[in-house]
Amino acid sequence: MRRLYANAQAWWRHPAFNHGVRDMAVVLPGVAAWGLMTGVAMVQSGLSPFQAVVMSLLVFAGSAQLAAMPLIAAAAPVWVILATSFCVNLRFVVFSAHMRPYLMHLPSRWRLGHGYLIGDFSYVLFTKNYHHPAVDESGRREQMAYLSGSTLCNWVGWQGSNLLGIALAHAIPTHWGLGFAGIMALLGVGCSLASSHLRRVSAGVAGLAAVAAYALPFKLNIVVAIVSAVALCLIIEATWPKAPGVSGRST
Amino acid sequence: MSGTEFWTLGVIFGMACVTLVPRCFFFMSSEPWHLPAWAQRGLQFAPIAALAAVVMPELVMARGQLISSLQDARIYAALFGAAYFFWRKGQGQAVLGTIVVGMLVYLPLHLVLGW
Repeated sequence: MRRLYANAQAWWRHPAFNHGVRDMAVVLPGVAAWGLMTGVAMVQSGLSPFQAVVMSLLVFAGSAQLAAMPLIAAAAPVWVILATSFCVNLRFVVFSAHMRPYLMHLPSRWRLGHGYLIGDFSYVLFTKNYHHPAVDESGRREQMAYLSGSTLCNWVGWQGSNLLGIALAHAIPTHWGLGFAGIMALLGVGCSLASSHLRRVSAGVAGLAAVAAYALPFKLNIVVAIVSAVALCLIIEATWPKAPGVSGRST
Repeated sequence: MSGTEFWTLGVIFGMACVTLVPRCFFFMSSEPWHLPAWAQRGLQFAPIAALAAVVMPELVMARGQLISSLQDARIYAALFGAAYFFWRKGQGQAVLGTIVVGMLVYLPLHLVLGW
């Protein structure tokens, strides 16, 4: 227990913690607007405020919450609701493969904690900042401090705005479309990743595939899009390994 | 507590579990295991692919169909937001600017013109 506390303190006090908080703070307006509208949507689609609060705190997965809402309202079979939530979150399977080498030095309950806290933004910002897992103790501490800073900032921003949305559910009409700010935040982060030709190819292919496969159930179009974009980029990389400008290793 | 109330709380608890599994999928077990090299190389393309896959349908689809009219506030918001990003690239708050510019374009078109 004391060791765990010392661990948490070492991350908390590390300058990289603040760095993580700052990087997340930049996209926080988008996260907050999105969280606000998710809170509003949960109550407007029929959850009681108590249920909405429990869902917000326990589930902490915006897209899964929104996808499950109409199904809960319609009293759909439990397995359909759970399968939908699971599949909407399937993109995190890819993220977890990426995060594994960064996290394996931690005990399993800390990994579980990071797993609960990690979101799209924290994953993208983290892997953008740290291209390789740290090889020594001080590097690991820095990476974990950064990750904790950004995920906690994200968690507080999301939960705060979600709870506010639940409280103000009948004052903010969803047709204003404030939740669109979340999409704009994702777009901005996406632009910041478009730093090589192949990354731009990846974005283009994934975008097209997600639209083309939209009719698939459970938001499987997102998984299809990620897999086909990554596969195509790997094929291009292997076919033209030395083509000018096709080096995916930049930021 | 009524029956439906209880049912809903059970569903919410189940959701908490099934959303946690994909998040921890590859780092839950402590067994030594390494991703093959090709998969590791491929993962550098995954973050941007995931973002594009989430964002694109939100910009050009409505009620499960590709939009057929250009009178849609979302397209212009995204174009101006992205343009702002690449104009201000590398100058600190470009992502925040994308959100602000995007919403400044989106809200008037959406609320006043009804696009």
